[in-house]
Formats: sequence, structure tokens, C-alpha cells
Amino acid sequence: MTMKYNASVPIYLQVVDSIREKIVTGKMSPGEKLPSGRDLALMYTINPNTAARVYQTLEQQKLLFTKRGLGSFVTEDQERVIALREEMAQELLRDFLEGLDRLGISREDAIEMIKLPAPAAKGQKDTD
Amino acid sequence: MLESREITKVFGRKTAVDHISLKLEPGYIYAMLGPNGSGKTTWMKMAAGLIKPASGEMYYAGRPLDVNSRRDIAYMSTEPYFYNWMTAADVGKYYQDFFEDFSMEKYHRLLSDMELTGDLKTRSLSSGMMAKLKIAVTMARDARVIMLDEPLNGIDLLARDQIMKSIVEAVSPDRILLISSHLVEELETVADYAVFIKQSHLIEVRGLEELRASEGISVVDRYRRIYANAGGENE
Repeated sequence: MTMKYNASVPIYLQVVDSIREKIVTGKMSPGEKLPSGRDLALMYTINPNTAARVYQTLEQQKLLFTKRGLGSFVTEDQERVIALREEMAQELLRDFLEGLDRLGISREDAIEMIKLPAPAAKGQKDTD
Repeated sequence: MLESREITKVFGRKTAVDHISLKLEPGYIYAMLGPNGSGKTTWMKMAAGLIKPASGEMYYAGRPLDVNSRRDIAYMSTEPYFYNWMTAADVGKYYQDFFEDFSMEKYHRLLSDMELTGDLKTRSLSSGMMAKLKIAVTMARDARVIMLDEPLNGIDLLARDQIMKSIVEAVSPDRILLISSHLVEELETVADYAVFIKQSHLIEVRGLEELRASEGISVVDRYRRIYANAGGENE
């Protein structure tokens, strides 16, 4: 998998976000076994030490658990996954509102814009 | 651990490496960065015991580097170093005779990962295939220190992916990996540390994730800051 990394954010956090999204969207199921740290490193072409940090972070966030000798697994706690969706939505919302603030668009105008049908995308653009 | 203390090398009137002190620890990938001619190859050759420093000293595992250290240190140079009558299989045998830690089994696995076969004649290889063969034969050693000098030079995207994969696979808590490149962005995601060399001097050693976390910049950004105005910046 070739992932385009943002230059200003630590790589481990970008991989964490990619896995969080897979958990929320159901591309990774509750209880599913995750690749080993080394395989994760190969999949994302990242350093194995970075891959280990990805799993540490996800474990701290209670999104995965480790069974000694067996590997890492996606959390089976559905409420945690629902809470994660909420966290990710809040992050998107915050970024979105900050972006509109920079453009000087008021909250009221923003709400009106959301209600209108979305304009067609003008070709694909890289996210940074 | 591999360490240089105030190491200097002079070729004629040119000082190729100027009082570089650098310590590399096992378990990490170091990217040695700098434009061509900045001293990366000369440092690596001294670390491999192939050339002698004019002053200063190399240490390996706490002792001055000697002929025995070579058993633990694998170095892939930029120069072609196979006889052109050799096949890829001959190259493996040649290495097996030289190095106790060479594994023929691993060599053949790496060749097949790289989509190469033993019957290929070295003289008929494209530059990308030659780059992959050199990596395979170097990585087939169970060396404690692996130094790759410009492994990504002149290769296509697919060969690059295969080489990066073999580098990631070689990481081990008891192994030092040092990769030189003037193609900074290639090593961006896989290296732990960047070693910036400029005009024969060591500028700094930086953790790549630390650089992003503390300054919000990538190694490419840092590289630009260090090298953009040649000779202008003192840090």
C-alpha cells in the first residue's frame, strides 16, 4: 500500500489514523487479528520501530489489545468503536470549521452552505 | 555499536572527511544524507575498514576497528564489483567463500523476492537488476552492521519498492543499518535517524519522527534548510 504522508505530522500518527479509519468503517472487524509489527512496517513502508509505536498508541487508545504470543487484535468493545466514530467526526468538524474561519465565513453562512447540494469536485487534489 | 571519533581523511589536497565523530546504535536505520561529494562514501569505507583514516579512529563494539571487525560489517559500495563472466549464482558462491555469515538459502530467497534468477549473467543486467543483485548478496549476510551506499541510484519504482522492503525486513535489535542517499525523500518513511553530512563535516543527527513532532517538518524540509545555500549556513 502506498500512502502519501503529510510532511508535518509524525508518521506513526498518520498510520494510527489510517487504522482508526479502517476500524470505524468496518474494513477491520472487531476481534480481527492485525498484521505483525514487521508486516505492518512492510505494508506501509515504514520503519519497524515506527510500526511498534503505532500499535502502542492504538493500544493506549483501547482500540486494540495484545494477546501475549498471539499478536494484536482489534477491540471487541463496540461502544469503544462508536466513541471512536464520534471522536473522528469531531476532529473533522474542527478542521472544517477552522478552515472556514480562515476564509472568514461565518457560522451561519457555513450552516447554509452545508444544506445546499455539494458542488461537483473539480478533479482530485492531494490532501497536502 | 559503530563509532567514529574525530575521523579525518585527506585525498591529495581535498579533505573528504573532516573530524567527524558519529555513533551508530543497533536496532536503528540511519539515513546518511548529503549531496554527492560531501564525504558519505569515504566515511562508510573507513567504517568498513577498506581505507585508513589520516587521523581519528573508528571503533566497533567498543574496540578499535580491525580486520576481525570486517566479519561483522557488510558494505555495499557504489562501484560494480563482480567479474562480468559471473552469473548471479556465481556471485553467491563467491560471497559464500568470503563470508562465514553468508546464507545461500537467504540469498536465493532474496533473489526470488527481487525477481532475479541464478542463471542471469551479471554483464547482461540492467542497472536496476544490478542494484537488486548487489542488495541481495549484501543482505544475505547475517551481518551486525549493514552499510548500503546509494542503493536507490538509477533504479525504477518497482525495484525501489523491492529494495525498501528488503531494508525494512533486515531491521533487527542487534543490527545497525546505514543507508546513504542523495535522494532524501526515498528514505523519509523508513529511517529512524538522518545523519546530515555537508562539505566533509557532520552537521547533525536527527530523529525523523522527533523532527516532525517538535518542529512540524519532514527530513526533506530539514535537508533544504541545511543545504539550500551551499556553505552559507553554520549550525
